[in-house]
Amino acid sequence: MRKVTVFITLKQGVLDPQGKQVQESLNVLGYKEVQEARVGKYVELQVEDGPNIEARVQEMCDKLLANPVIEDYHFDVEEAVHS
Amino acid sequence: MRFAVIVFPGSNCDRDMYHAVKDVLGEEADLVWYQNSNLENYDGILLPGGFSYGDYLRTGAVAATSDVMNQVKKHARNGKPILGVCNGFQILTEAGLLPGALMQNKKLSFMCHQEELVVENNETIFTRGFEKGEVVRFPIAHGEGNYYCNSETLSELQTNDQIVFTYRNNPNGSVENIAGIINKHGNVLGMMPHPERAVEALLGSNDGLKLFQSLVKNWRESYYVTNA
Repeated sequence: MRKVTVFITLKQGVLDPQGKQVQESLNVLGYKEVQEARVGKYVELQVEDGPNIEARVQEMCDKLLANPVIEDYHFDVEEAVHS
Repeated sequence: MRFAVIVFPGSNCDRDMYHAVKDVLGEEADLVWYQNSNLENYDGILLPGGFSYGDYLRTGAVAATSDVMNQVKKHARNGKPILGVCNGFQILTEAGLLPGALMQNKKLSFMCHQEELVVENNETIFTRGFEKGEVVRFPIAHGEGNYYCNSETLSELQTNDQIVFTYRNNPNGSVENIAGIINKHGNVLGMMPHPERAVEALLGSNDGLKLFQSLVKNWRESYYVTNA
């Protein structure tokens, strides 16, 4: 079994109203140093070990996990744990 | 004309849509559950609003992967009229049948009120009954209606006259005030405002009637031509 972690973020240039609100709220709390916040998603998958795992996860991202019109993604596949 | 109103788990405007075409227009319509469905015998497909699959992941993303959407894609290619309203529009973009994406409203809040729209293109099968530039009033009810596309897609939409409705007072931050767009082929329309909730003057507006009437009229005429 492999653990796959997928990070999905809004593309640069796409407005992120939620991130903007988070930034403003942090500023209100006194964290004036925060100039920008962008909110994304984190997905954890447990995937059976097999061939082409990277290619298959990339497909999963393109088909469902991310929307390429507005989002970028990257993922990490953790090494298999042998017991 | 026989309509299929597709019902996903979490759809909630399916009955409004059904009521509009069946009771108000007097056409044939079925509520079609998304599983084990067959869309062959329908002349038009309506994707209603709501919160399919609880808006999990992204609005419309999960519904876009369903088998019924594969059928919708096939019928879209064959030229069958398809209308997606609100969540239906979100599903159409997620399924790749319309360009762009619907993002969270600029002011982050869910909005539910009547908006004035401008008919930008009255040469589609959905809008022939309107005047070009006519101002109509349809309700909106959405949290994610902020239409986004990159500048390349936008200029393509403009060049091909695919922007069908715009907001007079942009409520949600949509690019170029876009409220509704059509595909290049002219048979798939997606829009955030609800024409099906504007079919009776008693309920605030009947401007939506013209949209459904245009569609039915076009279908009758083309049916007559192909079968005469």
